[in-house]
Amino acid sequence: MAASDPFLLTGNCEPVPMASIPRVSFESFRDFLIDAVKGGARISAMPVWPSETGQQLNVLAVMAFPQIAELGILTSELPPRWPSLTPDCPSFHWFEREIAEQWHVVPDGHPWLKPIRFAPSCRLQPNQSKSVAIGQTEFFAMSDHEGHEVAVGPVHAGVIEPGHFRFLCHGETVFHLEISLGYQHRGIEKAMTGGPTLLSRHYIETLAGDTTVGHTTAYCNTLEALAAIQAPARAEAIRAIAAELERVANHIGDIGALAGDVGFLPTLNYCGRIRGDVLNLTAELCGNRFGRGLLRPGGVAFDLHAKSIDYLSNRIEAIRQDTTSAIELMFDTPSVLARFERTGTLAIETARRIGMVGVAARACGLEYDIRNEFPYGMYRLAQLPVKTWASGDCFGRAYVRWLEIQQSLAFIRQQLHELPGGKTEKELPVIRQGYFCAVLVEGWRGEICHAVATDQQGRFAFYKVVDPSFHNWFGLALALRHQQISDFPLCNKSFNLSYCGHDQ
Amino acid sequence: MLRIIKTRFSQKYRTMSFPNGPAPELPERFAGRPVISDNCVSGCNNCQSNCPTGAITFSNENECPAIDTGKCIFCRACQTACPSNNIQFGPDYRLAAISRNNLIISNNPPVPENIRHRLAAKLFSRSLKLRQVSAGGCNACEADSNVLGTPAWDMGRLGIQFVASPRHADGLLITGPVTQNMKLALEKTYAAVPSPKIVIAIGTCAISGGIYCDHPEQCNGAESILPVDLFIPGCPPHPLTIFDGLLRFLGRL
Repeated sequence: MAASDPFLLTGNCEPVPMASIPRVSFESFRDFLIDAVKGGARISAMPVWPSETGQQLNVLAVMAFPQIAELGILTSELPPRWPSLTPDCPSFHWFEREIAEQWHVVPDGHPWLKPIRFAPSCRLQPNQSKSVAIGQTEFFAMSDHEGHEVAVGPVHAGVIEPGHFRFLCHGETVFHLEISLGYQHRGIEKAMTGGPTLLSRHYIETLAGDTTVGHTTAYCNTLEALAAIQAPARAEAIRAIAAELERVANHIGDIGALAGDVGFLPTLNYCGRIRGDVLNLTAELCGNRFGRGLLRPGGVAFDLHAKSIDYLSNRIEAIRQDTTSAIELMFDTPSVLARFERTGTLAIETARRIGMVGVAARACGLEYDIRNEFPYGMYRLAQLPVKTWASGDCFGRAYVRWLEIQQSLAFIRQQLHELPGGKTEKELPVIRQGYFCAVLVEGWRGEICHAVATDQQGRFAFYKVVDPSFHNWFGLALALRHQQISDFPLCNKSFNLSYCGHDQ
Repeated sequence: MLRIIKTRFSQKYRTMSFPNGPAPELPERFAGRPVISDNCVSGCNNCQSNCPTGAITFSNENECPAIDTGKCIFCRACQTACPSNNIQFGPDYRLAAISRNNLIISNNPPVPENIRHRLAAKLFSRSLKLRQVSAGGCNACEADSNVLGTPAWDMGRLGIQFVASPRHADGLLITGPVTQNMKLALEKTYAAVPSPKIVIAIGTCAISGGIYCDHPEQCNGAESILPVDLFIPGCPPHPLTIFDGLLRFLGRL
């Protein structure tokens, strides 16, 4: 029996009727999921929603099978308690914590069942208290009398989002880092249910503001798939250009910040400036430096004129030269490499087992890249080989970024040169009722999954967003083990995960 | 070492001359201060019904729309929806205000108000140290504030800097709608800043809650918790809008 049995197999961005998704007992559901992961599949999303009477809960799994380039979908009824999947399959640990928090159910035997967002439950009755005390949970503690704990945040020293970090240390050595989030929770998932409304696209655009293009691409792909249309080729190309600009801008900013964290100021300063230059190119496309208002279901709101294409091509070349000089300087400096190498190392097997995605996974040698494994939009026509590095340390995470910057700049130039003609926007018809669609997109941090179902009125029955940070925060915690506390800023920046994308 | 010096030359001097020279050029499609005219078709409220955040109102005596830039996310849905081209988001980046009411813009907009803050101009005009607090911000307002410290903008040359501790700060720069989960941390951070202190709300979320307005998970902006001295609207505001707002607030422009 193949690991993909009995999942309903479908492609990325290919909707299926809700009624056609196989439904099995929870016991089998659990076994099939674990077998699928053992067979090389990855969990992408696990939405839960109440039945029409509100008495029962349904659960759905979106498994990515990269070997056959298909997504496998399976549903079941979610019992109030079940034997946790996490001990058998650690990549489910954050999903089970989310489900337990949102729906007041219990995965028995979960090793660290604590809230991930400190948000009110989705099952709350109107008269129940809405407040959950943020950061009030049973944190890990060390019993050794020589051990000590360092607690940091939610307000940090830099211009950065809030999160709470607890280091369990012995001397300078970190035994474990516990990460407690939820400070950025704005209630997006709840507000998306019942949509689309005038606000839906804006929720997605600001879900993780530095990934506006990535998440909005997923939103547009979802609505277009549910409405059974394809965006015009020219719109797809402009979306891909915007997505790669977003990747380049963030990677350059990250490399600059990594240089800053080891005290190498030239690259910090050059990259800080160049990042702004790249954001300005996105503003050239649509007026907004983060690409807000550019992507819409049906296409893009702004076309590229010949003059802008020339301007962008010239600017991309200038940015390539500036970036190359700034970043190669850093990688040729032995004192920087001495700090990057063998700091925050993760083994490839650890990364695979805990379900890491994106740059952090590729820096451990995993060839995970949605643009290549489950191509969508323009990436169906323009192949981008996956950039990996095997070291799994801060150097690897920095170097994969540099490889991707070069690849993306070349891709943007090529797309500008070969921009397809024609329209940039189509009318979006009414979306289909009673359908489910899973969309994967490679954001600059990694895999973005939007898993969406529509009800009989064509409204979102649920709209589940899984940001890459959701998979990766625990990777940072493990990378810190046996490091010194002073390595934390460097390790943290080498992952550069999103707080708001996680907290939603 | 020689390589570092050589790279320094090839990267050149890139700090803008603003505020002593002209402001940097903004992209053609930039959406700045709305320009509203009053040729409305009687009874038309397309702009209002297409606005995702309820930023547009019509006053009774006047059939011309007014946009509350403290709620507006500059998505231009109203501009597209208007049959008479009455709403344009112009190139003027000067959007900051020191009173909430002055963020509401209607026809015949006055020249952007004088936003010099008496206390801030007297105490902090040559040195303003700010503690940034993200309270549900999406990282866009944070990024466009942070960029002001990079060599292109270099607001440090004018004495404005972000500092690591609230105890070293003259005030707070707040982004995000102020989530319930950040409320206490924000209050504590404010309390830790020595008086006299100022509060700056950056971005539509921090001013009114923005698109998250009335979600139970947040507090509809910083003003619900703290006295706000300077409002800088946008989603996110362009760095130039923030820079201009800070400089005029301090009486340096």
